[in-house]
Formats: sequence, structure tokens, C-alpha cells
Amino acid sequence: MAEIDDIICVTCPQGCLLKVKHEGNQVLEVLESGCKRGREYAICELQDPRRMVASTVRVTGGLHPLVPVYTRSAFPKPLIPKLAQELRQVELTAPVKITQVVLKDVLGTGIDVVASRDMPEKKL
Amino acid sequence: MKKVYDVVIIGSGPGGLAAAIAAKENGAEDVLIIERDVELGGILVQCIHNGFGLELFNEDMPGPAYAQHFIQEARGHGVETLMDTIVLDITPERTIYAINKGLGYLELKARSIVLAMGCRERTRAQIMLPGSRPAGVYTAGTAQRFVNVEGFMPGEKFVILGSGDIGMIMARRLTIEGARVERVLEIMPYLTGLMRNYVQCLLDYGITLEKQRTVNRIIGNERVEAIEAVTVDESWNPIPGTKEIIPCDTLLLSVGLIPENELSRKAGVLIDPITNGPYVDDRFMTNVPGIFAAGNVVHVYDLVDWVTEAGYVAGKGAAAFAQAEQAAPSEQIPLRAGENIRYVVPHKLDKAHLAEELVRLQMRAISPIEERVLVTVEDQNGDVVAKKAAAYARPGEILTLGVKPRAYEAVQKATELTVNVRKR
Repeated sequence: MAEIDDIICVTCPQGCLLKVKHEGNQVLEVLESGCKRGREYAICELQDPRRMVASTVRVTGGLHPLVPVYTRSAFPKPLIPKLAQELRQVELTAPVKITQVVLKDVLGTGIDVVASRDMPEKKL
Repeated sequence: MKKVYDVVIIGSGPGGLAAAIAAKENGAEDVLIIERDVELGGILVQCIHNGFGLELFNEDMPGPAYAQHFIQEARGHGVETLMDTIVLDITPERTIYAINKGLGYLELKARSIVLAMGCRERTRAQIMLPGSRPAGVYTAGTAQRFVNVEGFMPGEKFVILGSGDIGMIMARRLTIEGARVERVLEIMPYLTGLMRNYVQCLLDYGITLEKQRTVNRIIGNERVEAIEAVTVDESWNPIPGTKEIIPCDTLLLSVGLIPENELSRKAGVLIDPITNGPYVDDRFMTNVPGIFAAGNVVHVYDLVDWVTEAGYVAGKGAAAFAQAEQAAPSEQIPLRAGENIRYVVPHKLDKAHLAEELVRLQMRAISPIEERVLVTVEDQNGDVVAKKAAAYARPGEILTLGVKPRAYEAVQKATELTVNVRKR
């Protein structure tokens, strides 16, 4: 049975309302898409929803006790809680460099988690 | 350290960093940023989430990465920085008094100044929340600092008051870190933050948002034990029979931001009671000659990219002012808020500036229009000098309209301009 669902696009700050005609997770037609990226988002959202994930990991000897990290690309939504668990196990040592890989190919997704800033050593 | 600088910038958030870079790029030699924190970047340091840079770089960056990009650029330009330093006072003649732990009491002279102090959060006292005063009531930004920078959780079971962006982003952040967010309450009948944050921060994590609902009182002695939620009517009066006790140990407030203008006032800068920021012209100069303002200190933006842009404009203006022998003659006309517009920034437009550069206007709508709208800039006769179509107008999201140089001729006849937003 074909259904029409409303999806709000999160690709950019516009937050367009998309209308998607689908059967299960098979997209039949994107009726209103805002833009090309919206179309892609709608298809992805039904078949393999992904989000950018940002969090923190522990760091010793740094200016702050944590260093912020993020997934290099959009990450499968159902795996986010597992990713959070993985990140809790990580402990880096300062100095940390921006885009330094913190977890490579995390949970076999092919996606790296990287540092989102430099973390200099704490000056004593 | 020098005694005199071409441009001194107060604050090193995205507005201040962009102003410093633009000042250097436009010929200012000695540029100094004064920052009260121990590092540069302002609030971006704690905004670890993605979504920055989409407008400017077409790239989805986390806050700290966005900040670092501009920190490196400023350093590359030879911008001087003075951190861990608090500015005490600024005079209209642009003398700056500051205190630094190592250098002690400082007195500096600036040929021009860019105010880039940003904004601060509205607190419990400012929204007059009734009830006892236990521990466990924080602004969302304070909790963000705890969780993202300092490394501790302020509670386990949260209620968030206000659907502002920081509140929604914290709802997601706390959930990822293992806390429970029981509810997000919004007193207005609409979302006050971005729709995308409602989707990716609340819907994604099954967090319930209740509109036209607020905290009636806080319960608990030593620590928050619960809050009492209540539904309100349009005038914010509680509706009988709608009370609900929600057990929680922490209440976060995401109830608005206020531009931080104590220093501006001391310098004689006039403040618009609607934006809570200085009245500015299209180069972000305030009423005090040589004192500019950029970013959230002027009005609260929803996207950092626009703050950076404002910083560029102010920094360029400040560099020009610092180098000018005498002020260029100008003819400024007022920009007014018209139909369904709460405010317009800038407040004034110099007719001559439009000859060579685009002037970006930013507005907030008064009430939401969830269908296609037309934003128009009209002169005193109702003639349209610039317009823009948009998919909707929402009070939580700034409307942006660039008046292009091609409107130059039309603007020369204008004695004032009014911005309106209407259904198409």
C-alpha cells in the first residue's frame, strides 16, 4: 500500500517539509522536495536514516578534560547509542590535533570519528 | 603590547574573529582582540554539535572546528590577542580600561572599536519562576559548558523549559550521555528554535515537546525533586485542571538570550529596546563615531554564519574609520519594521554604500506564516525597492534579504525604507 508521509528535511537550516510517496521503505516519488539535497535526504531517511553525531572523549593533560569529536560523515541512526558507548571507552593524551582520528571505521561503518579542535597541553 | 591600536575588538567569538580578520584585510595595521576567557572562540568552544558553516562554506562543521578555522586565519594575519582579560570600561573617545592577571591594569587607545561581546542567557530570576530555590536549576548553556567542556553531568532526569536551539540541542546531548529528558515545555504556541533541531534533537530521540505549557513551580528543598507543569492561554495565564507533576532532578532553562551591552552603554552607545542591542548603520557603526558592534551583541542570530558575515562588515568599517582622515559625508535613511516584522537590522542605511556593495538586512517576523511569503523593502510611497520570496516566516528563524547594488537608483529617492512580510 502506497502511503504519503511528511518528512522535515534537516540537511540545511531551511527545514523544508518534504512529501514522500512510498511503499514500506521503497520511495515511489518525492512530491515536494525543496531542493535536490532534500530529495536525496528523503530517500535516505526512509531506507538508511543517518545523522551527523558530535560528542566528547576524555583527554589527559589537556587544557580541558574533554575533547570534542564528530563523525566524519552522517552516521547510521540506529547505531548512535552504540557509538556513544564506544566513545566512553576512549581516552586520549594531549596534545590532540584537529581532525585527528579518534576511532577508525567505528562499528564497521567505514566512518571515522575525528577531533573537532586542537587540544593543547595544559600549561602548569 | 602597544598603547594605541587601529582596531580593538572586545570578544573573540565568531563576530570578533571575523571583525579582526576583516580589519587586517582592509588595511588596519595594529589589531587587538581582548578576550575574557583563557582561549579564543567564545561560545563556539562549547557548541560541539554540527550545523555550522552551511551557509558560508557549504560544509557541516562542529562549533569548535568552525572557531578554529577563524582563529588560525586571525593568527595568520598577525592579529594580537590578550586573553584572560576583562574590559572594565570604554569611553566615547575610545579609551579602553582592562585588567589582566599578568599585566595588571591596562589603558589602551583605539582608533576604532568593535564590540563583539555576544549575548548571555535569560535566567530563572528574569522569567520569575515561582517555587522553592533548590540546586538543579541551570540555564541550558551552563549545562552545555559542564557536559561538553568541563566534563560532568549536572543531573540524571531533566525537564527543559523553552524550545530554543540550545535547549533542544542539550536535550539530545544529555540523552546521548545517558540521561533522561522527560519533557521539553514551550510557553509559546510555536517552536522558538529551528525546525531542524526539533527533528534531529527531539523527534529522533523520542523526546516530547509540549507547546503552550510552562513550569508553574519548582518542587524540592535541597535539590529539584519535580516540577509542576501547566498549560497556559495566549496571555500566559494558567488554565485550571491542566497541572501535572513531572519528577526530575534538574530543570534547564532555554528561555532566550540577551545581548550583553553593559560596556556599550558605558561608552555612550544607544540601545534599541526591541533587539536589546545597539542601533547600527549598514556598516554596524553605533551612534558613537568609531565604535562598531557585530554579532549577537547587536541582535541574537540563529546561525553563526551570519554572525561571521556581520563581523566582516563591522571589521571592514572599523578599519576604514581608523584610517580615515575625516569622516566621509553620508546620507543615512531609517529602515523601519513594517507589517509582521518585529525589527530590522541595520537600523539605518547609507544611500551611497549601495553603489558598490550589497547590504544585508535581517528581520524577525512577529507571528508565524506557514505558507509562501514575500518580504518587501518599500520606500515612503510604497514602491518596492527590493524583495524576496520565502517558503515561510517563523519568529524563531531570522529572515535575510540582501539589497543589491541594482537597487541603488530606487533607493536614492527614498527618505525611509520599511520592511514587510506578507502572504504571497
